[in-house]
Amino acid sequence: MAEVALRNIVKTFDRTPAVAGIDLDINDREFVVLVGPSGCGKTTTLRMIAGLEEATSGEIYIGDQLVNDVPPKDRDIAMVFQNYALYPHMTVYENMSFGLRLKKFPKPEIKERVENAARILDITDLLGRRPKQLSGGQRQRVAMGRAIVRNPKVFLFDEPLSNLDAKLRVQMRMEIKKVHQKVTTTTVYVTHDQIEAMTLADRVVVMNGGRIEQIGSPNEVYHQPKTRFVAGFIGSPAMNFLSCRLSETSNGSAGLAVRLSDKLTFSVPESRVARYRPHAGRELLFGLRPEDIIEKRGDLPPGRAAFDVQLDVVEPMGMETMVYFVVDGTEVCGRVNPAAAGKPGETMPLVADLNHMHLIDPKTDQVL
Amino acid sequence: MTTATAQIGANQQSAVHYGSISRGRKRTLYWSYFFLILFVIFFLMPPVYMFITSLKTSAEIGAVTNPWWVYHPTLQNYIDLLTQAQFLTFFKNSALVAVIVVSVTMVVSILAAFSLARMKFWGSGTLATGVFLTYLIPESLLFIPLFKIFAFIHDLTGIELINHWWVLVFLYPTLTVPFCTWIMIGYFASIPKELDEAALIDGAGYLQILTRVFIPVALPGIIAATIFCFTVSWANFLYPLAFTTSADQLVLPVGIVTTLIKGDVYNWGQIMTGALLGAAPPLIIYAFLMDYYIAGLTAGATKG
Repeated sequence: MAEVALRNIVKTFDRTPAVAGIDLDINDREFVVLVGPSGCGKTTTLRMIAGLEEATSGEIYIGDQLVNDVPPKDRDIAMVFQNYALYPHMTVYENMSFGLRLKKFPKPEIKERVENAARILDITDLLGRRPKQLSGGQRQRVAMGRAIVRNPKVFLFDEPLSNLDAKLRVQMRMEIKKVHQKVTTTTVYVTHDQIEAMTLADRVVVMNGGRIEQIGSPNEVYHQPKTRFVAGFIGSPAMNFLSCRLSETSNGSAGLAVRLSDKLTFSVPESRVARYRPHAGRELLFGLRPEDIIEKRGDLPPGRAAFDVQLDVVEPMGMETMVYFVVDGTEVCGRVNPAAAGKPGETMPLVADLNHMHLIDPKTDQVL
Repeated sequence: MTTATAQIGANQQSAVHYGSISRGRKRTLYWSYFFLILFVIFFLMPPVYMFITSLKTSAEIGAVTNPWWVYHPTLQNYIDLLTQAQFLTFFKNSALVAVIVVSVTMVVSILAAFSLARMKFWGSGTLATGVFLTYLIPESLLFIPLFKIFAFIHDLTGIELINHWWVLVFLYPTLTVPFCTWIMIGYFASIPKELDEAALIDGAGYLQILTRVFIPVALPGIIAATIFCFTVSWANFLYPLAFTTSADQLVLPVGIVTTLIKGDVYNWGQIMTGALLGAAPPLIIYAFLMDYYIAGLTAGATKG
């Protein structure tokens, strides 16, 4: 068990920066997920923690130890790879015990540890098989077992579910969460799948272009994104962004309004007026998640605004229906009750929940 | 009118008779068999002829009879050859050379290939290409400079390198090491990088990664390289012909030719017998390791 700390970590490949100065503190027993698009530096960061890449500058601590120059085998970490990286010529038992055998553990202890890990992962029946006789999910479990038996200070997962099919991925995601609840070891998990990040993490680290955009609990990064990138990356379908102008309301009250197009202007909810007032008169970016654009039903509570749209595309998903319409040349997505959804070309009354709106400064990409 | 024609065309097209898939397959198979049998006959004719001739007496070989038939079969050629001390010396020399060359080559090329394929260092790519380029130089170009080098060494140290069977142990690796290293580089490169990284994290050093992960995983490739290496060192003709002369220093291919052809007298029966016996060891090795050999040559072609 240990904390992990990264201090101003930089990694460049042939003068191209892959990681451009990262500071991150991971608490003992915490499950931290690094998430971001391809090439954002998340895997490189993980590999630097593992010792498979050398940091160009900065400091990496595992526990109290500065590990920059410590080889991987002495860092007391275990890693699960995307393609499992099981030794094909060894049985499951041999795969799981390989690290312990190299460290010359006594045989009875190896046996006990392997059997214990196999029990946790429910792979006791597979111990005599070779990797090629296993399914993808089973291989993934063995790879996790190989990590667990070592009883390391830190678990590192490098996109472990990417090679599995969609259904198995959901199942294994739950398994990983269960395992972490049983074996509470500090875990750093890398994924490009924001749903995996949301469901697994104690804290999510959203990365982009070699930098950290935001660190926070899954709810924080979802509901209070700090940058346009985080707002757009977390959540599926993605948040709608529209150019807007923030102005004082013309009716003389002290309110503010966002003007999205000639036809569409929303009043800013009272709770947000004070926050946004300094930006009145500016061209900004308006952000609203699809689930905050719903069908109109009954009276409007405060902070909600009704508007009519002409539907462009309708996507039934079963428990909900996605409706797409165009506002001032930009496609916007709403999430409505399937019973209320209209047909493409029809006009449909919708409601925007502005209590969840975001305004973004287009110059700095920061959420206001 | 145009529309009508187009429609008729379309109808005709949809009515094309495709025959049956199995019939098409059958026809392809007939042709495959035809050519395969042709090739089998072509390639098996020499060894069969050798075998037939080895069972004949010199008189029968010289007689004007059907060369594809043995009228008075005899094992005399085999008995003569196998009781000759000379032939057994050739055999022993060949075996010693082959075993030592194979061992040396495999140790050198596995270590070289591992470092070139995995331990990224400055110039490793160029070196790997260089290794392959040395393989492209034909041996017939090499033996004259080698003579020069041997003469130089002799002048310098007084050590005579010409006319010793063991000198072949130094010469054959010039042919086998580059090729085997090249095969092994390809084979090692096909092993996923994560496998050595996993081993590295599990606590293995580079030598342990090589011996406990790479060699077992690349075993088919190693066997393929071993077979190649054995064949080259067993069957090479030019170097032993150029560098060894005394009867007790000769290896099998040269020994058979030089001792069984006296002037213009060819002892065909014994030559054929010797060639057949000489071909036996590689044949036996191939037969045992064939499955591995094929797996080795086709590895990496598809994602396993």
